[in-house]
Amino acid sequence: MKGDHHIILRVVAKALIPIIALYGFYVQFHGEYSPGGGFQAGVILAVSVILYSLIFGIAPAMRAITPGFARFIAALGFLTYLGVGIWALAMGGNFLDYDALFREEPGGHLGQHVGIIVIELGVLFAVAGSMVTIFFAFAGRVSEIRDEDW
Amino acid sequence: MTGFEGATLAIDLLNITLLTILFVVAIAIARLRSLFAIVMLSGIYSLVSATWFVALDAVDVAFTEAAVGAGISTALFLGAMVLTSRTAKAEKGATRFIPLLVVIATGAVLIYATIDLPGFGDATSPANTGVGVDFLQRTYPEIAIPNIVTAVLASYRGFDTLGEVGVVFAAGLAVTLLLGFGERSLGATVRQDDRISPPKKDEEES
Repeated sequence: MKGDHHIILRVVAKALIPIIALYGFYVQFHGEYSPGGGFQAGVILAVSVILYSLIFGIAPAMRAITPGFARFIAALGFLTYLGVGIWALAMGGNFLDYDALFREEPGGHLGQHVGIIVIELGVLFAVAGSMVTIFFAFAGRVSEIRDEDW
Repeated sequence: MTGFEGATLAIDLLNITLLTILFVVAIAIARLRSLFAIVMLSGIYSLVSATWFVALDAVDVAFTEAAVGAGISTALFLGAMVLTSRTAKAEKGATRFIPLLVVIATGAVLIYATIDLPGFGDATSPANTGVGVDFLQRTYPEIAIPNIVTAVLASYRGFDTLGEVGVVFAAGLAVTLLLGFGERSLGATVRQDDRISPPKKDEEES
């Protein structure tokens, strides 16, 4: 085959992928006010990686986000969430009782806010890492997707 | 969005249109044999149902459906489809009608179950008088964040959400254990390419 006949797809995707990733972070950090949160943000971030690997090939995507890094992020996210629960236990509260995180007086909301932000980060990492890992596991089994394959 | 002249009629028309599209797409999916077309149509199905969830004021559900159903499932289905053949085998003989009977029976049971449900947006329904009102009243004094859905998911039901994250993580783990890490075939070629020649991106086509 001669030439790059996917040039429009590549140019459009190159412009869109950073916007998709940025929107994922917006959904994450604005989840306090608007619909969305860690789950949706993690999926959107994973989609930006997956779109990159669909358009530019799986090998460049694996160079940028290595499968080991995706696995590490997934495990780190789950452990972060679990860690907040154990932090609350260590401070003398119940498991995942954010009020106990800083041993606040009744009416203080710092523990709730910190707890929610940290566990949402954990959800973001776990979901994004798991989704990218699953995609790599499927897509990594074929060496190259040719146009005739569709 | 009620209380305006004709608003109810407009919402009804919107619901009927969206549900008709869903019905047509579902029939098309059931009749098609090309897996690529089925994957694309299921993405469209998710997108239309996300639109319908917005019309039902379930914005969070709609957002998740659009991101997960239309976004990532479509990509994962495409990745799985590449590993198998491109067309499904046609069903033969009497087995063609068994799925139809199952669908009709399930649909009849579901319609029978909706008879007991309260009307849409009914202010006297149990969900709007009991625990729902309680959460609306106590979330701001206790948690002090405006989005009640986030407060319920992350704080009141934090243990439940931990379980959901665990399920997602376990799914990723199970897929990698079953299919390998995906780097077995590719990682070798990537490393080989790097060793033989520095990556030339645009030349590697075809």
